[in-house]
Amino acid sequence: MLKYVLNRLFGMVVVLFLVLTITFVIVRVAPGDPAALMLGPDATPQDAAALRIELGLDQPILVQYGKFLLSAAAGDLGQSLFFHRPVLSVLAERAEPTAFLALFSLIFSIVIAVPIGIYVAYRRGGAADQGAVSAAMLAASVPSFWTGLVLQRWLASDLGWFPASGYGGPGAGFFDRMGYLILPSIVLGIVNSALILRFTRASMLDVLGEDYIRTARSKGMSEGRVVLRHALKNAAIPIVTVVGLTFALLVSGAVVTERVFNIPGMGSLVVGAVLRRDYPIIQGTLIVVAALYILINLCTDLLYLLIDKRVRY
Amino acid sequence: MNRAPILSVDGLRVAFRSRGRQVTALRDVDFSIEAGRTLALVGESGSGKSVTSLALLGLLPPNGKVTGGRATYRSRNGATLDLAGLPAKQFRKVRGREIAMIFQEPMSSLNPLFSIGEQIGEMLKLHEDLDAAARRRRVVEMLELVEIPAAASRLDDYPHELSGGMRQRVMIALALVCAPQLLIADEPTTALDVTVQAQILDLMRRLQREMGMSILFITHDMGVVAEMADDVAVMYAGAIVEEAGVEALFARPAHPYTRGLLASIPRPDRPEGERLKAIPGAVPPLTALPPGCAFAPRCPHALPACDQPVALEAVLPAHRAACIRASEVMADA
Ligand SMILES: Nc1ncnc2c1ncn2[C@@H]1O[C@H](COP(=O)(O)OP(=O)(O)OP(=O)(O)O)[C@@H](O)[C@H]1O
Ligand SMILES: [Mg+2]
Repeated sequence: MLKYVLNRLFGMVVVLFLVLTITFVIVRVAPGDPAALMLGPDATPQDAAALRIELGLDQPILVQYGKFLLSAAAGDLGQSLFFHRPVLSVLAERAEPTAFLALFSLIFSIVIAVPIGIYVAYRRGGAADQGAVSAAMLAASVPSFWTGLVLQRWLASDLGWFPASGYGGPGAGFFDRMGYLILPSIVLGIVNSALILRFTRASMLDVLGEDYIRTARSKGMSEGRVVLRHALKNAAIPIVTVVGLTFALLVSGAVVTERVFNIPGMGSLVVGAVLRRDYPIIQGTLIVVAALYILINLCTDLLYLLIDKRVRY
Repeated sequence: MNRAPILSVDGLRVAFRSRGRQVTALRDVDFSIEAGRTLALVGESGSGKSVTSLALLGLLPPNGKVTGGRATYRSRNGATLDLAGLPAKQFRKVRGREIAMIFQEPMSSLNPLFSIGEQIGEMLKLHEDLDAAARRRRVVEMLELVEIPAAASRLDDYPHELSGGMRQRVMIALALVCAPQLLIADEPTTALDVTVQAQILDLMRRLQREMGMSILFITHDMGVVAEMADDVAVMYAGAIVEEAGVEALFARPAHPYTRGLLASIPRPDRPEGERLKAIPGAVPPLTALPPGCAFAPRCPHALPACDQPVALEAVLPAHRAACIRASEVMADA
């Protein structure tokens, strides 16, 4: 068990190394001279050349790569070309809204989708089932920027239930800031809910047809106990898996949602960084996201272990 | 058949709704089980044996429904209940405590995510007021009773750690832990190999002697019937066609279908070359049953009059058959 976790963590290091390498390559082959971009259109070629030397961009590519890996291993992901500050501190500043946005929308989608999925699987073929399946289909096929714009207009601008955009001013307290995330979290959670709902329903339908469910009923327990104890536990593994997988969607969804709601999170940061060719920031974001994704994966695998005693690592 | 029956089923009908059509799976099921005895319910695949057992416990799938008849059950406290129309809430008190069931597939009938101790203990939790320690003791006793070696150390085992025969023992322990009056066993040994099958049948007989429950034993194997049953009900296309004591039925079957079934048992005393006689033809689909006797199209004794409905009637005391030529068939045996 401990050995398994250590193994997985080692695997994580390998994956991070690959991510570092890939981002390094992608960033170097992308067109555009970062030094020229940073200095703007008025800069002279001499200024650009000086900056290239300062950034180490003039050195052979392998030397750049080696330096890059060494400092990354030491926790230094370089300086932002735009903010002129360490990448990690820029990321840390932008991490809060994105982390909470992802967390809230995950919670929102689980709380909505899992109970509904269980219920409609139990009442398969009924009106609620058909309604939920159609709604999930619709929710999954509408792009989230559109849902975002519509809900922003309706619930924030017209009804005034939520702040329309932003993340509070510089002096805003924690709960103030979180208030700005409610509507974006719902928007981001809707697509996710659709996915989780369909998986929960399918997984429960499979399990409810199993022989041991008939055995459970033959013991004289309530339907609630049959469904929530005997069926749900068996349906949980696919549900946990898909919840883990949707996390990747949440991250890419956060980029769009943050733009729509003008939230200064990692999504907006990375979009800006791409436009500005701020390589160190792009790399840093990718690495953080990859690490997070691997961690989530590890968590779901460990959850399997809790649910199913047949799973041995 | 002189003692009062613990369960008497009378004209039970079950229909399924499938693809918008109503299909009658049980047309007319009549039998009774006496206290402490074993009734074997036999018939070919698809004749409605499992549907009968599920209907008796109110466990029909959502598209199935009891559409007629009665199933009068005498409960432990002497009250009579009609299982054909029992409200869900009352059924929960019957299941497990009054009537328990074991199923054909020991591999899939136990929940893979709960230990066998939890699964058996849950039955006690549902029906009896015991503390955890007492429950645990009862579960161990029960596992010992079904001859699981080192019972106390197996409580925390999961179903996948047990063989098919062991799992069926666990299912039996689970079914009997609340000492039900009636055990319904739907082909409990069909999925097991022959030696294990014999052990399980021995075990069931022994437990019946010790605990005194009645058994509704569902099977399509006439050899198993001979070994287990006191009484036999023969089912064909959703109806009982003959009901009698096991000796009477084997010695002098009164329905041509029963005769056909008996002729298809392999017997060591028959000469080597003599082939088993399979019944010619196939069971008609439930949607296209002939108007009268459902067996008539396959029956060597059929007459034109067989296209009229025929009821299950006494040919002898305690021997009923649904055939207009029952006495002739019997005399011919
Ligand atoms: N859920 C269902 N929907 C529609 N028809 C069903 C359903 N369950 C059973 N039936 C029908 O009821 C009939 C009786 O089935 P049943 O399972 O009782 O047969 P059986 O005698 O137990 O056969 P076997 O020996 O194969 O177990 C079958 O013809 C089957 O098609
Ligand atoms: Mg069956």
